[in-house]
Amino acid sequence: MSSEVALDIHSGVSSLHVENQSHDSHVHHHETFIYKYVFSMDHKMIAKQFLITGMFWAVLGGLMSVLFRLQLGYPDSTFPWLEDILGKWAKGGHITPEAYYALVTTHGTVLVFFVLTAGLSGTFANFLIPLQVGARDMASPFMNMLSFWFFFIAGIVMLSSIFVETGPFSGGWTAYPPLSALGDASPGSKTGMDLWIVSMALFVVSSLLGGLNYIATVLNMRTKGMSMTRLPLTIWALFFTAVLGVLSFPVLFSGFILLIFDRNFGTSFYLSDIFVNGAGALPNEGGSAILYQHLFWFLGHPEVYIILLPAMGMVSEILSTNSRKPIFGYMAMIGSMFAIAILAFLVWAHHMFVTGLNPFLGSIFVLLTLLIAVPSAIKVFNWLTTLWRGNIRFTPAMMFAIGFVSLFISGGLTGIWLGNSALDIHLHDTYFVIAHFHIVMGVASMFGMFAGIYHWFPKMYGRYLNNTLGYVHFWITIVGAYLIFWPMHYEGLAGMPRRYYDYSIWESFKQFGDLNRFISTVAMIVFATQILFLANFFYSIFKGRKLRSTNPWGSNTLEWTTPIKPGHGNWPGEIPEVYRWAYDYGKDGHDFISQTTPIGADESVH
Amino acid sequence: MTMYLVIAVVILFFVVIFQIAKASEYVAVLKGEKNSKLQSNKINGFLMIVFLVIGLVGVWYCNELYYGKTLFKYGSASVQGEKVDSMLWVTIAVTGSVFIATQILLFWFAYKYQEKPERKVFYFPHNTNLELLWTVVPAIVLTVLVVIGLRNWFSFTGEAPKDALVIEVTGKQFGWIFRYPGSDNQLGKKYYKNIDNASNSLGLVWEDKTTHDDIVTEQTVYVVKEKPCKFIIGSRDVIHDVGLSQFRMKMDAVPGIPTTMWFTPKYTTKEMQERTGNPNFAYEISCDQMCGNGHYSMKGIIQVVTQAEYDEWVAKQKPYYFSAFPDKEPATTKPATDSTKKVVVSAVIANTLKSNSKI
Repeated sequence: MSSEVALDIHSGVSSLHVENQSHDSHVHHHETFIYKYVFSMDHKMIAKQFLITGMFWAVLGGLMSVLFRLQLGYPDSTFPWLEDILGKWAKGGHITPEAYYALVTTHGTVLVFFVLTAGLSGTFANFLIPLQVGARDMASPFMNMLSFWFFFIAGIVMLSSIFVETGPFSGGWTAYPPLSALGDASPGSKTGMDLWIVSMALFVVSSLLGGLNYIATVLNMRTKGMSMTRLPLTIWALFFTAVLGVLSFPVLFSGFILLIFDRNFGTSFYLSDIFVNGAGALPNEGGSAILYQHLFWFLGHPEVYIILLPAMGMVSEILSTNSRKPIFGYMAMIGSMFAIAILAFLVWAHHMFVTGLNPFLGSIFVLLTLLIAVPSAIKVFNWLTTLWRGNIRFTPAMMFAIGFVSLFISGGLTGIWLGNSALDIHLHDTYFVIAHFHIVMGVASMFGMFAGIYHWFPKMYGRYLNNTLGYVHFWITIVGAYLIFWPMHYEGLAGMPRRYYDYSIWESFKQFGDLNRFISTVAMIVFATQILFLANFFYSIFKGRKLRSTNPWGSNTLEWTTPIKPGHGNWPGEIPEVYRWAYDYGKDGHDFISQTTPIGADESVH
Repeated sequence: MTMYLVIAVVILFFVVIFQIAKASEYVAVLKGEKNSKLQSNKINGFLMIVFLVIGLVGVWYCNELYYGKTLFKYGSASVQGEKVDSMLWVTIAVTGSVFIATQILLFWFAYKYQEKPERKVFYFPHNTNLELLWTVVPAIVLTVLVVIGLRNWFSFTGEAPKDALVIEVTGKQFGWIFRYPGSDNQLGKKYYKNIDNASNSLGLVWEDKTTHDDIVTEQTVYVVKEKPCKFIIGSRDVIHDVGLSQFRMKMDAVPGIPTTMWFTPKYTTKEMQERTGNPNFAYEISCDQMCGNGHYSMKGIIQVVTQAEYDEWVAKQKPYYFSAFPDKEPATTKPATDSTKKVVVSAVIANTLKSNSKI
């Protein structure tokens, strides 16, 4: 690997060449395999660790969705091979309800936390923050390493819960008590739930270690001349993401602590007046099951912006770079992200309109929730204006960025329905909600992540991903995503509830049997296409077309001023100084002007 | 066997795509990077506009296919739900037009401004007026939607009318229990530690005399057409949710914290069977909150009937007290006290009928 590094350098600057060689060569290896690839403190390696671990979880979580879609699409068929892989969870080739709910729950938890939080912001915050602000590494590389390993252990614990006798937790990713607190109410709430909670607690630790580090780095370690208002929007987005995480994850953690107490130490924070079939009346009185929901959604809602903001930031960067045009309304973009970050903390109870919440309190949350549509609208119109009169290069990253905007519009608009309590009362917990959040948060953020991977892969590995496969990946995925989730709105409008194992006994919902089969089939095709992407990814790491210049996309930001394969420390010599914002594309007839170029005497002012 | 065949075909298909993609990369190198980039740019730009057109047609076609399967063809089955429906149409109009406009702009711009060697980009970093425009206009539109929404919200989360038929609904894993207050119009006290699946499924406190005439049923609840009906909702174990899609209503059932919901049915079950042409039509109560492995089967039925049918039905019900204490039931007790008890029972029925017809 490292001998290739030296060969890869086609940069004309010979000092870079020498520096890089001495950094990575086997002759002077001060980095053993363990310290380079396992317990690495280099932010770039940690980013790759997050990315590849995230990919593992994405495949597993995606596979789970394929399995439960099999049940939803083909409730009457049997698949003997399922029994071969799942054993007692698919007796006779038919997924049992226990297994179905475990799959649904684990799919949700894994995708939201392990893939779209750790895999997305873990990867790109680690990779891009030091490179784009001009720092040699994170503020605390050691904490950064711990952040990954806590995440890794959280994953191991979650994985182990799949193999316990009573099965993994199966009460939905939101884990509402009393269901999640009472082993007698559901077998998944026994050992499976203990492991789920431990895993999530470790994940919170990971996320806090990472988040504090990202904030410290952005605030303190910017290079000379890199004022906050010269930061690329990716960094602003990742910064707000970290702030959201640091302020809201502890609240979730406190909710989990109380849940642990209720589960194991006989307290009654969430439990009151409960009689469980088979176990009789419980002694707990005076608790409030709703309290957990407040604590959970106090993280849960910011969480969707933790997932979405990094994607927004990367999409802004990629749209601008590939339109060869500055991002429109840079300050408005920061302002709208700031507004989203603030409002994210003030809208949590819109998940709770039908819990019996005081209707007046609900009305405040309606107002604040619909307010969030304003900064979102600003972002969309700014992206559109960025494309307008540009000179658009359809790199795979750009395709995914455009796809992101399309999905963000589609899914964002249905948020206006759900945020209005009087409509939510009909649509709450139906397939409409599934359609809404999968489009706006799930698939859109995935698109942001794909855009980021295609765009920064050359920086990560010094090679390109295969473009043709990228285009195939994009087109199948966007068409598939719409085919899967668009018709679900109609199921939701019929009131079809989420998290049902079988609809055939319901006179009101069984008319969608054909549609469910169609959705399941498309889901399998889309899943297979993601495997194609992974094949492209791993093949290209070793065999992809090599990079010949340090700045393949003609981009302004600092990461493209490093050598093709930067060593630990990123810049071989001095860290470059910054003289301008990151979006001088097409200015005064220049295709692009790097941030490191001093302002010319005759440059126009805007 | 077919299974392995399918897997083999899929893998083969993958390998073919992969090889083609690899080959295309070599071709690109041979052709020169610039030319091949321009070519793929053209293809993708064209596909953008194709996607837009087919996508919009698809949106229309999807509506053709599935609109009839939603609930909107027959309108709301409750008076309150009509407001939900009308609001839904306003919201569709607003979000639908924004959706179409922005998607067209997005893909059309992508197509129109695809890279051309001769094109000069327009350096356009900001424009305060434009930005103000798309801050203020969405804010105004959303304010309108909020106002409409909250007016409706308060109208049906407010107090139920005084004459409403009050029914207590209790969720349990995995079914529904209903309680009518009986002739005294009072739901007697209950305490969860009294629950006994065999004789006291709600844990009624028998020392409280008002429980003695309470009627308890399971799975099916009778309500009256055009008469407001108020549910007092609770749960025995975990959180459930009373989901009434045809009435456009929903409310969680939380253990320890009673919630309420009220609505006025517009059509009897029979009328709905005729309107929908489905003889099996039923107003189903679906549990809409994950409540365990039987969640998907937690079904209740609401029978909407006319006042006369309701009165007839109620007259046939006997208070739950008597099934808990069969020996106290007048009909089965010793003949000696028979005559007096009979009077009591008929008085109970008469009272029930009176209290119902009064309204």
